[in-house]
Amino acid sequence: MIASARPHKGASIRLDAVDFDFGDMAMHFDLVVEPSTIAAIIGPSGSGKSTLLNLIAGFEIAKTGRVLIDDTDMTDAAPALRPVSMVFQDNNLFAHLDVASNVGLGRSPNLKLSEADHAAISEAIRKVGLAGKEKRKPEALSGGERQRVAIARALVRNRPVLLLDEAFASLGPALRHEMLDLVGELQTETGMTVMMVTHHPDDALRLPSMLFFLENGKIAASGPAKEMLSDKGPALLRKYLGAKDSAL
Amino acid sequence: MAAVRSLKPLAGALALAFLVVLAGGALLSLATEALRGSTEGFAAFDSYLWQIARFTLLQALLSMVLSVTLAIPLAHALHAHPAFPGRAMILRLFALPLALPALVAVLGITTIYGRNGLLAAVLKAAGFDVTPNIYGLTGILIAHVFFNLPLATRLMLSSLDSIPEDYWKLSSQLGMGGWARFRLIEWPVILRNLSGIAGLIFMLCITSFTIVLTLGGGPRATTLEVAIYQSLHFDFDIARAVSLTLLQLCLTIAVLLLLSRTGRPAEEAFSLNTVTQRFDRPSSGAKFAHGMLILAALIFVGLPIAGTVVSGLAADLSRILTEPLVWRAILTSLILGAGAAAFSLVVSLGLVMAREYLATARRYAPRSAFERALDLGASLIMVVPPIVIGAGWFILSRHFVDPFSLAPIMVVSVNAAMAIPFAFRILRPSWDTAASRHNRLCSQLGIAGWNRFRLIDWPVIKRPLGAAFAFAMALSLGDLGTIALFGNNSIQTLPYLLLQRMASYRTEDAAGLALILGLLCLGLMIVADRGASSLEKIR
Repeated sequence: MIASARPHKGASIRLDAVDFDFGDMAMHFDLVVEPSTIAAIIGPSGSGKSTLLNLIAGFEIAKTGRVLIDDTDMTDAAPALRPVSMVFQDNNLFAHLDVASNVGLGRSPNLKLSEADHAAISEAIRKVGLAGKEKRKPEALSGGERQRVAIARALVRNRPVLLLDEAFASLGPALRHEMLDLVGELQTETGMTVMMVTHHPDDALRLPSMLFFLENGKIAASGPAKEMLSDKGPALLRKYLGAKDSAL
Repeated sequence: MAAVRSLKPLAGALALAFLVVLAGGALLSLATEALRGSTEGFAAFDSYLWQIARFTLLQALLSMVLSVTLAIPLAHALHAHPAFPGRAMILRLFALPLALPALVAVLGITTIYGRNGLLAAVLKAAGFDVTPNIYGLTGILIAHVFFNLPLATRLMLSSLDSIPEDYWKLSSQLGMGGWARFRLIEWPVILRNLSGIAGLIFMLCITSFTIVLTLGGGPRATTLEVAIYQSLHFDFDIARAVSLTLLQLCLTIAVLLLLSRTGRPAEEAFSLNTVTQRFDRPSSGAKFAHGMLILAALIFVGLPIAGTVVSGLAADLSRILTEPLVWRAILTSLILGAGAAAFSLVVSLGLVMAREYLATARRYAPRSAFERALDLGASLIMVVPPIVIGAGWFILSRHFVDPFSLAPIMVVSVNAAMAIPFAFRILRPSWDTAASRHNRLCSQLGIAGWNRFRLIDWPVIKRPLGAAFAFAMALSLGDLGTIALFGNNSIQTLPYLLLQRMASYRTEDAAGLALILGLLCLGLMIVADRGASSLEKIR
């Protein structure tokens, strides 16, 4: 599989003049994310943040243009064949399967698992801090714990790109920061490339990241998050941050 | 997602093919027959035929008007008294007629209003010298109201329950009286659903077979469905059967077109209604009137059910249950019922899976003709009534085989088709919700095909499947229409045997059999109801 060929290394992501029609809105994306970096995507709702991730993950197919991951053309590849794991805001887990099985599906889509698989699964569950909760069903977990399971599954899948689609948006501030720190640690350890869509600009500051600001289906501004979110950032972005900016 | 090929559209196409062949074959047979014997067939549109058509419409209209007008005050009374003693029990009782096979209910009704019924006994004891005669329009109306008054009441009650609590708070604050509340708050909601409820009941009464067959009084009180059955089963008058069937089909389609303009009643949940807090204090006069109304309805619905049980228990059950013929009928009913239920689930699941797959794949594009056909297919049986399908295949098959030898196939196919609209409605929400949660995840993790069905879909769909199976089997078990047409001495279901015993005036046997049949259907309905209401909770 693609993933196992390049373990513990990030892949570059490139969208090359990608056009996509979202209902009436014509979207256009041109972007490069360097291997083993973190990219944060912010912008008003409906600006195309989730669509951008869906194009990379293969849930949406570009009308024209190319999607390259690790310099390989993935424009039309099926989601399961892309070197990508994605964590959604909710519904990351199958409600009728326990934690270990939900993570195990990352190893084998028919849940036929080898000894090595079981070991990897336990290790991933331990890494996200859920050791001892392997047999729990999702209903017996808190919101944060459920997202940890999804991250553990991404770990056992061992793909070089991790996409977070507002994965922590439904968590409280403290828990969100905790999860971001966990992602930061795992990113440092595995070197995977992370792209995250977020509503909170300070998420981008918590981890050293590149910031992409989306508006009306286009990337309106991009650059290192620290610069972009400072007083010297683009006027466009300061306007979007608005009240928050003046409160700071 | 687009790259993964799926067998789901094929499953949907096969399901649709079954329905099209079933209905299309019958219609084709009727059309050729009508063209072949055209002069004879259309000459049959004589005054007798028109009389039957008129009576069909008249009895349906009267049944509908009676059910709906009685249901309005009854629903109001039940809604106004959330704490009425035994209210939950009453609502549960009101769900019973729906679960009861028509034949069982007819027997129950005769134990009360019949020549030797409770009413006759009471009248005699009071010194009146009248013998009630329920055969004819009176009996048909009593039976139709027995079935449809509770249905209309439950539908109206659930629309009343949809009124936001704030309205009641507000009306209480503004000091509205009972009449003002009814006029300003309840009536508009009832009115919105009235045409749908009335249309549904009208439709049910137009296609009512068993009740008219058993309670109709000869040629003066007969409907198209019963006339079709008689002309095929007794007179073997094909030309007449063809013209009757075509007339029935036109009538059904006309009513459906009318219905599509009025809209459907709000979907009623399987579970019991919740109790709304109304923040008012009805006057003691209103309380009394409401109480009497509820009590009267309780007696009207409860007595025939009690009658079934009492006369069934009075029958010599131990002897009935030693008859090999009875056991064979029970076994035949169970096998055919299970077959019909399994078949209806396979077809419904095929339709549900295919339409969800297509809906997901097309994204924002408009629905394709195929997807629309899948939706329509689920309710095909509403347009082409079972008796039309039965009659069509009966007429067609006689050129090739003895129609009566087709009994098992026809009972399973037609009963399966009858259950499809219900099975589709039980399965689709569960399937669609699960699919919307799981599709992206499965395509990312590469879970597809058999793996997906085994690991992901089956655990989600097995409960709704169980509920739909029980429902479909109960429906098939109680159905008399198709077996009445095709039944014979070598293949008899429980309702068929029951009908024979009634026809030969073996009343006691019939009462015992009715109790057995009623309990079987009721048991299955309870299973279905439990299953479906536990789904509501999960969702």
